Amino acid sequence: MTRKQALVFRLASMAFFAALAGSAQNMLWSQAAPAATPAQTTPDPAAKPAAEEEADPFKPQPAPALPLGMTGSNSNDPRSSLKPGLYDAGEAAMGMKHVAFLKKPAAFQFTATNADDPIVQKTLGQLGVGDRSKMSKSTQMVIAQLAFANSDFAFQGTHLFQGNFYGVNFYDISNPAKVSLITSLVCPGGQGDVSVYGKLLFMSVEMPNGRLDCGTQAFPPLPPPEKGHEKERRLPVASPDRFRGVRIFDISNIKNPKQVAAIQTCRGSHTHTLVVDPNDKENVYIYVSGTSFVRQGEELAGCSGEAPDKDPNTSLFRIDVIKVPVAAPQQAKIVSSPRVFIDPRTGALNGLNNGGSHDKGAEKPADTNQCHDITVYSAIGLAAGACSGNGLLLDIRDPVHPKRVDAVNDPNYAYWHSASFSNDGTKVVFTDEWGGGLGARCRATDPNIWGADAIFNLKDDKLSLAGYYKMPAAQTDAENCVAHNGSLVPVPGRDIEVQSWYQGGVSVMDFTDAAHPFEIAYFDRGPIDPKSLVLGGQWSTYWYNGYIYGSEIARGLDVFKLVPGKFLTQNEIDAASLVQVSELNVQNQQQIKWPAKLAVSQAYLDQLERSQALPPERIAGLRKAIVQTQKSHLGAKDLVKLKAMAATVETDATATSNPVDAKRLHALAEILEHPVA
Amino acid sequence: MPQPADKSRFSRPDPSSGQELRSLQALPWASLAAILFCGVLFTAAQAQSKASDPAPNSAPIVQPGAPGMPSKTLPPDTTGQAPQRSSADVEFMQGMIMHHAQAVEMTALIASHTQNREVRALGARISLSQSEEIKFMRRWLLLRGEPISMAMPGMPEMDQSGNPMQAMPGMLTPQQMSALRQARGAEFDRLFLTGMMQHHNGALIMVKNLFDTPGAGQDADIFDFATDADNTQRAEIRIMQEILQGILKENG
Repeated sequence: MTRKQALVFRLASMAFFAALAGSAQNMLWSQAAPAATPAQTTPDPAAKPAAEEEADPFKPQPAPALPLGMTGSNSNDPRSSLKPGLYDAGEAAMGMKHVAFLKKPAAFQFTATNADDPIVQKTLGQLGVGDRSKMSKSTQMVIAQLAFANSDFAFQGTHLFQGNFYGVNFYDISNPAKVSLITSLVCPGGQGDVSVYGKLLFMSVEMPNGRLDCGTQAFPPLPPPEKGHEKERRLPVASPDRFRGVRIFDISNIKNPKQVAAIQTCRGSHTHTLVVDPNDKENVYIYVSGTSFVRQGEELAGCSGEAPDKDPNTSLFRIDVIKVPVAAPQQAKIVSSPRVFIDPRTGALNGLNNGGSHDKGAEKPADTNQCHDITVYSAIGLAAGACSGNGLLLDIRDPVHPKRVDAVNDPNYAYWHSASFSNDGTKVVFTDEWGGGLGARCRATDPNIWGADAIFNLKDDKLSLAGYYKMPAAQTDAENCVAHNGSLVPVPGRDIEVQSWYQGGVSVMDFTDAAHPFEIAYFDRGPIDPKSLVLGGQWSTYWYNGYIYGSEIARGLDVFKLVPGKFLTQNEIDAASLVQVSELNVQNQQQIKWPAKLAVSQAYLDQLERSQALPPERIAGLRKAIVQTQKSHLGAKDLVKLKAMAATVETDATATSNPVDAKRLHALAEILEHPVA
Repeated sequence: MPQPADKSRFSRPDPSSGQELRSLQALPWASLAAILFCGVLFTAAQAQSKASDPAPNSAPIVQPGAPGMPSKTLPPDTTGQAPQRSSADVEFMQGMIMHHAQAVEMTALIASHTQNREVRALGARISLSQSEEIKFMRRWLLLRGEPISMAMPGMPEMDQSGNPMQAMPGMLTPQQMSALRQARGAEFDRLFLTGMMQHHNGALIMVKNLFDTPGAGQDADIFDFATDADNTQRAEIRIMQEILQGILKENG
C-alpha cells in the first residue's frame, strides 16, 4: 500500500470505529442517572469498555437528559438549525438587522502561517497531514481558543473600544454601517475588560503572562533541571515585570495611546467597574473583581491566599477599590479592600454561601470568596454585585466603602456573573454563567431556568425573585451558549435589555413585567465548526446611541439596528435613538432621561394602544393633535390644545389600575404639557 | 468567563499513547481524533477560497511601554504570538490526567459499595466533571503535539527519562485503594470521603505549584482550566466535609 492508500484505509476503518464508539457513548449516557456508573469490582484497566478507551476528545460532550419537571430550549426555532461556518455561517434574525461586520485584525489572531511557531506543523505532522495550508481557521482557533478572544466594550463619542485577551482595538463608529479600525493596542494578559473616562482608558489583566511593559513574550519557562535534580521542587521567582491588575492608558492621542499607570492587585483583575462619585469631580474609582489565584507575597507584598481563619488579612473574600486622581492618574492606588462577604454578626469574612443546586450537587458548596462583576448605579446609590455564589446589593453612597445591604442566592444558579438595573431602579437582572461560557448550555435538554437571567424586584434595598429568562432557541452541542453581558435599550415606557448569549447570538428581551419576560428581537449565526465546539459567539452586545454593537469572540465586531415589528414600533425605536450619551461603560450604569419631545410621546401612545389602556378614538385624537403640533413647529394654538389634552391624560393616569400604564400616561401628560423642539 | 467548560466525556488515559502518537503508530483513540481532525481540515480547505483569512491590519499597531514610557509602533505585518507554554504546563496536564483517572476509578466503586444517597450523588458529579476534564486535557495536549502521558511507552512505572514515576500529590496509595475496594457501607463512605478529600487537596497543590512555577500557566486555556479546577475542587471538598460530619454524627 502506498502512504495515501494506507491513510484512506485508516480513515475508512476508523470512521467505522468512530460510529461504534459514538453509539456506545450514547448508550452510556442514556443511563446517566446519579451514581449509575457501572459497578466495577476489578481495578484491571482492560476491563473498561473499549468505547470508553477510544472516546474522541474533539467530539462535543453529549447532553445529559433533561431533569424531571424541567423545560428545555425550543428546537423548532429557526436558530436551531443554521449552517455552520466561521465567516459564512447561516444567519437568522427577527426584529433586528445586521448592518456591519469587521473581522478581527491579523495582529489579534493566531496564524498557522507564522513560521516561528512550530506547534501547528508538529501537530499536523503527527496526524499525518503534511500541508498546513489545509488547516482551517477554526482549527487554529482550537489551538489558541482563549488567547485572542474578543471581550468587553467601552464607548466614547464616535470611538468604540473592543477588549481582547491580547489587547484592545479602537474603532471609529461615526458611521455605524461602515465602522473602521483606528488603532490596535497590543498588550496581552486577559481578559481585557475595558472602561473609558475622559482621556483615560482602563483595562483588566488577570493572567500570569501579563507584563508591565505590554510585551507579548510573557515570561520564560524554567530551563530544564540539572541532571540528578529532576525531582527537586524549584522555588518560584517573584517577577517585578509581571503585571496583574488594572492598567491605565492615556488616549488623548487616539493613534498613539500610552500607558500611564498600572495598579497591581493580588488576584489580578477579571473585570473592573468604573465608579464616578457624583460629589467628587477630582477622582474616579475602580472596583476590582479578581477571581483567579492569589499571587505570592514575594511578588506583591501583602498577598495571601490563606483561608480567613488562618489569615485575617487574606486576599480572598474581598474586592479592591482603586482611587484615580483624574488629573494625575499615575498616582492611582488601592485605597480600600472592602470585605463585602462579611457576616456582620460574627465578623467572619466568609459570611455568604452559594445555595445553588444544579451542576454543584444538591449540597452547599464553598463560601463565596469573589465577585465576578459589579454594576454600579450611582444615581440611586446602589451597586449589584454578581459574586460567583451570590447576588449582592451594595450601598455605594460612600464609594470607597461599599456596604452590603442584601444578598440572595438561587437554587437554579451555578455562577452569578453580571447584573443590570432597570432604569427606575426597581428591578435587577442577574445572569448565571453556568458552565463558564465555554460549554454548550442551550441545548434542547438544558433547562430553561439554568444558565438564564434571573429577574429580581428591588424594593427598600431588598431583592426578591420574580422570574427567569433564557434565550429560547435550542443550540447545537457545538455551540457554547449561556447568559452573558447585556445593556438596557432606552425605549421609554418599557424595560428592555439586549443581551449576548455567546454562540446563542443576540437576544433582546422585554422585562417590563419582571415575572413574564419575553423576547422581542434576535440575531444568531450557526456554529463556527460543525463537528467540535470552537469557542466563539457574542461576549457583549450593547446599545449605544441608536445601534447595537456585538463583540464576537472569534469572528470580530458586529453592528446591528433594531427594526419595527410585532413587538416594537418605529416610534419606540426612534424614541430610544433620541437618547444620546457621550460615554458608555455599561457596568457604570447611567440614568436614562428622555427629552420631552413629541416623538417620545408617540412611543408612549404606541404602548398605550398595544395595552389597550386608552380607547382607539382617544389614541387617534392624541396622535392627530401631536402631528399637527409637530407640523406647526410647536405653534401656540396647538400647544394650548395639547395642554388641555394633557390634563385629561393625567386624569387617566390616576384612574388606571395598571401601574405600568399609569407611568406611561403620566410621562405622556408631562410631554404634552411642555413639549420641546 | 471564569471556568473552562468545553470539557467532554471521559476516556481512560493510556499510559503509552503519547509516544505511540508521536511515531504515528497511533492507538485507536488517537486515530479517531486524527480522523475528526482531518475531517475538519479538509472541509475547511474547501471553504478557504471564501475569504476565511483574517482581516489584514489596517491601522497602526501600537505596543505601549511600561507606565510612563513611550509606546512603539509594530510593523503592519504583525500577527498574534502563540501563547507561551512551558514544560510545567505539559507536566501539569499529563499529571492531572493521571490524577483525575484515579478519582474516576474511586467513584466507579460507589454503585456496588454504598447506598448512601449523598455519597452516590456526589460521586456521580465528581465522575462527570473529572471525566469531562480529562477529555479537555487530552485535547489540549494533542493540539499542542505533546504526549498524553508522562510515562515511558510500555513501562507505566517509569517516566519519560526512565526514572521511577512519582505519584501526584494526594493520590491514594495502592494500600489505600485496596482498603477502599474491600470496604462496604459506612466504612466505605468514610474511606471514600477522606480519600477523595486527600485526593482533591492534592489537586489544589498541583494548581498552586503550577502557578508558582516561573513561566507556567500563561496559556489562556490552561489558565482558565486550572483556575476552574481549583474553584470546583474547593467547593467539593467543603461538600465532602459536610457529608462526613453528618456520617460521623450518625455513627458516633
